[in-house]
Amino acid sequence: MTVNYGSKRIVVGAHYGLRDWLGQRVTAALMALFTVLILARIIFSKGPLGYEGWSGIFSSQWMKALTFVIIIALLYHVWVGMRDIWMDYIKPVWLRLSLHVFTLVWLIACAGWSIQVLWRL
Amino acid sequence: MSDPTTIATKTNRPEFRNINAFKDLPGYRWPLASLVSGMHRISGAIMFFLMPFIIWMFDSSISSEISFSKFKAAFNNGMLGLPGVLWKLIALALIWAYLQHFIAGLRHLWMDTHHDATSQEFGRSTAALTLAASIGLTLLLGAKLFGIY
Repeated sequence: MTVNYGSKRIVVGAHYGLRDWLGQRVTAALMALFTVLILARIIFSKGPLGYEGWSGIFSSQWMKALTFVIIIALLYHVWVGMRDIWMDYIKPVWLRLSLHVFTLVWLIACAGWSIQVLWRL
Repeated sequence: MSDPTTIATKTNRPEFRNINAFKDLPGYRWPLASLVSGMHRISGAIMFFLMPFIIWMFDSSISSEISFSKFKAAFNNGMLGLPGVLWKLIALALIWAYLQHFIAGLRHLWMDTHHDATSQEFGRSTAALTLAASIGLTLLLGAKLFGIY
């Protein structure tokens, strides 16, 4: 029988596993860079950081667009992570499906709220 | 039968077929690497469930001067009938969760991209480093949050 594992394996299927695995890591890297950016802007702001300084970080249009991307990245990242937790610990299918639906509703509602906050500024 | 590999597997190791949360889990050993792995899930789940509070903080701190003062008052005078110190503790839990998840996440990314990083020794030493850094920074920021310095 021909070898069908490791680097020799025949890659077939819908690739959902790889896509989610890679997506979780790419979004993680984006969020990590964003964290460093926010920290840098806080550290290099002059004087104590009051309302003006804090909201000023997010007031420019490019920063809003970037933060929007990070919100979507977070949504996807948390979806993969929470889905992994439910898949590992919750066995009854009806309960797992319900928790998946709850997770999606929770995350999309949170994303909507934070996007509204962003562009109301 | 005298094959050394079969002898090695004959030692009395516990065998788990159906893991019982109450009978088996308390007996688990928690090497540092698995402790960090478990904490990655716990910290992620904490941030997931507290997400509305995180967005409330983002909303109130950023929207206007008035909402900003409400944001500060929640931690100084309390909110929703709960004392300010409790809100500070929740914020501290989030600070810990974020630091733990962030540092352990960097460790994950490093292990995903470096073959030599997947040894037992590397796993153990970086897990210890992750815990020390996240707990140390949490204590530092917690002291700031509670006005110790």
